[in-house]
Amino acid sequence: MKEIIWLGRGGQGAFTAAKLLGAAYTAEHDAQYALAFPSFGPERRGAPVRAFTKLDEKPVLDRSQTEHADYIVILDDTLYAPSLRTLLKPKGRILVNSKAAIAGAETVDADAIAAELRLPTVNTVMLGVLTAVSGVITESQAVSAIRGYMPAKIQERNIAALQKAIGEVQP
Amino acid sequence: MSKRFLSGNEAFAEGIRLAKPDVISAYPITPQTIVVERLSEMVEDGSLQSEFIHVESEHSALSCAIGASAAGARAFTATSSQGLLYMAECLYYASGGRFPIVMMNADRSTALPWNIYGDQRDSLSQLDSGWIQAYAENAQESLDLALMSYRIAEHPDVSTPFMVNLDGFVLTHTYETVEIPESEQAARFLPAYETENRVDFENPKNLAFSAGPDHNYIFKYKAHRGLLAAADVIAETEREFAEIFGRKYSGLIEQYRTEDADLILITLGSIAGLCRESADRMRMQGIRAGVIRIRYMRPFPNAEIAEALRNAKAFAVLEKDISFGNEGTVFTNVNSALQKAGLNIPGQNYIGGLGGRNISAGNIEAIFRGLVSGAPRVSFIGIGGDGSGE
Repeated sequence: MKEIIWLGRGGQGAFTAAKLLGAAYTAEHDAQYALAFPSFGPERRGAPVRAFTKLDEKPVLDRSQTEHADYIVILDDTLYAPSLRTLLKPKGRILVNSKAAIAGAETVDADAIAAELRLPTVNTVMLGVLTAVSGVITESQAVSAIRGYMPAKIQERNIAALQKAIGEVQP
Repeated sequence: MSKRFLSGNEAFAEGIRLAKPDVISAYPITPQTIVVERLSEMVEDGSLQSEFIHVESEHSALSCAIGASAAGARAFTATSSQGLLYMAECLYYASGGRFPIVMMNADRSTALPWNIYGDQRDSLSQLDSGWIQAYAENAQESLDLALMSYRIAEHPDVSTPFMVNLDGFVLTHTYETVEIPESEQAARFLPAYETENRVDFENPKNLAFSAGPDHNYIFKYKAHRGLLAAADVIAETEREFAEIFGRKYSGLIEQYRTEDADLILITLGSIAGLCRESADRMRMQGIRAGVIRIRYMRPFPNAEIAEALRNAKAFAVLEKDISFGNEGTVFTNVNSALQKAGLNIPGQNYIGGLGGRNISAGNIEAIFRGLVSGAPRVSFIGIGGDGSGE
C-alpha cells in the first residue's frame, strides 16, 4: 500500500488533491483501490489541515489516519517541521511548496506556477509534483480526474498547472 | 452503471436519488449534512423530482416525513446524534403508525462532553423504538442499503421504518470507489410505493389513532411481528438485488473465516474491515481467528449469531457504545442470543472508539490476545477493565 499525507491550510485545497489522487488511481482499473479522507472536524480557512490518500491493489480496509507515509506533500512551507520525518516510512519523501531549499525535503516553487496561471491554489500543482516524483498515477489519469471532479470553469487552468509542474520536476 | 469516487454521504445520496422519494425533509447536523445538501442539489438540477422541505428541527424533520408517509408518499430524512435524540418521540410515532420511512443516521457521539465525532451511542440507544436498524461498512454498501431499505421497509409484511447507520466521518466523509446503478435498473428493483396505510378520501379510515388497554398491546404485537418478518424480506430482497446489480449481501450478519475459528470477534460498522485484516494476521501466528459483522441490529440475528459461534472457544464483542452501569448493548444482545440457543461460551466486551477515538490494528490484535490469555469481562480499550466482577 502507498500512503500519502497532504498538509495545507484550510482553503488551499489539500483535501481536493487527496481526492483527485484517489480518483485518478482507481478510475481505469477495477483492481486498484483507494481511500481519501480529510482530518476530521470543524473546518476553518487558514487553519492547518491534513488529508490522506491510501492506494492499494486490494481493498483498503484500514480507515485510520496514516502513521507511516510514502510521501508527505506540503502545500504551505510554514507547515514544514523536521519532526514530520517521524510520519514517514524509511524511504519516504517530503515534497514542499517553497521558494527556498529545505534540508531533508524536496522543494518546488508551486506558488510561482500557480501565479503564472492565475490560480489561487497550489493543490493541482503539488498533485503534478507528486505524479512526476512518485509515478503512482500517470499524467493522463490525473488530467481525467481533474475533468471528472473539478468544476468545468476551472478545469483547464488546473490541468495546465498540473502539466507545468510535471514538466518542471521531470529532468 | 458508472464508477465514481465518492464519500459515504455522497454514495448514500446517490442511492436515495435512485429510490426517488416523493418527499425529503431536511435539517442539517454534522456529519450528516452532506447527504441532504447533495439531495437538494439534485432536486435543484432536476435529476431528482422530489418535494424538498427545509424544516426547523429534527423533531419536525421526522414529523414531516410521517405526514408525507401517511399521505402515501415515499419519504426520506436524515439525522445524527443529538438530532436523533431530539426526534426520539417521533421515532415511535413512525414505527407505531407503520410508516415505512427511510432515515440515514450518521453515527455520532452524544453529549456531554459535546463531540461531533463518530461512535454508535446515538442509534444503539434507540434499538427499542421499533425501527429496522442496519449498519453499513463502506460507501458501496451505503448506496446499496439506501436502495434496499425502501424495498424492505415498504414490504406489506413489514411496513416498518428503516434506519440506515453510517459511522460518522470514517464512513460519511471518507471517499472510495462506488458503482452507481442505472436508473432503469433501480426502477426495476424498486417499484413505486403503493399502500393502503394512507389518507384516502375514497375509503376514509383512521390513521395514527389512540388505542386503550384492551387493544393497544395488539398493535404492539403486530409491530413486533412486522419487524421480525423483515428478516425473510431482507434475504429475499438481497437475492433480487444480486440478480439485478450483481452484488451479494449476506443477510443479518456477515461472517469471515468463522467456520473453523476458535476465537470470534463480533463487531459492526466500518471497523469490521480492520478486524478482518487482524484475524488474518492472527491466523499467520497460528491462532484460528474469525470475525462476525452484524449488519442488522433490528431485527436481531439471534439464530445466526448462535449458529456462527456454536463451535467457538471464546468470543469478544467490539462496539462503539456503553450502556452506563451495565456493559455494551451489543454485548448484551449477543449474550441473550447465546442463552436462547443454550450455549455457554466465554465472552469479553471491548468498548472503543467513543467520541471518535481511533481504534488501531494493534488494539484489535490485543483483543484476540485477550481471548487467549483471559481479560476482564468488560474493558475500555486503552484504559482497562471496568471493575465489575473483579
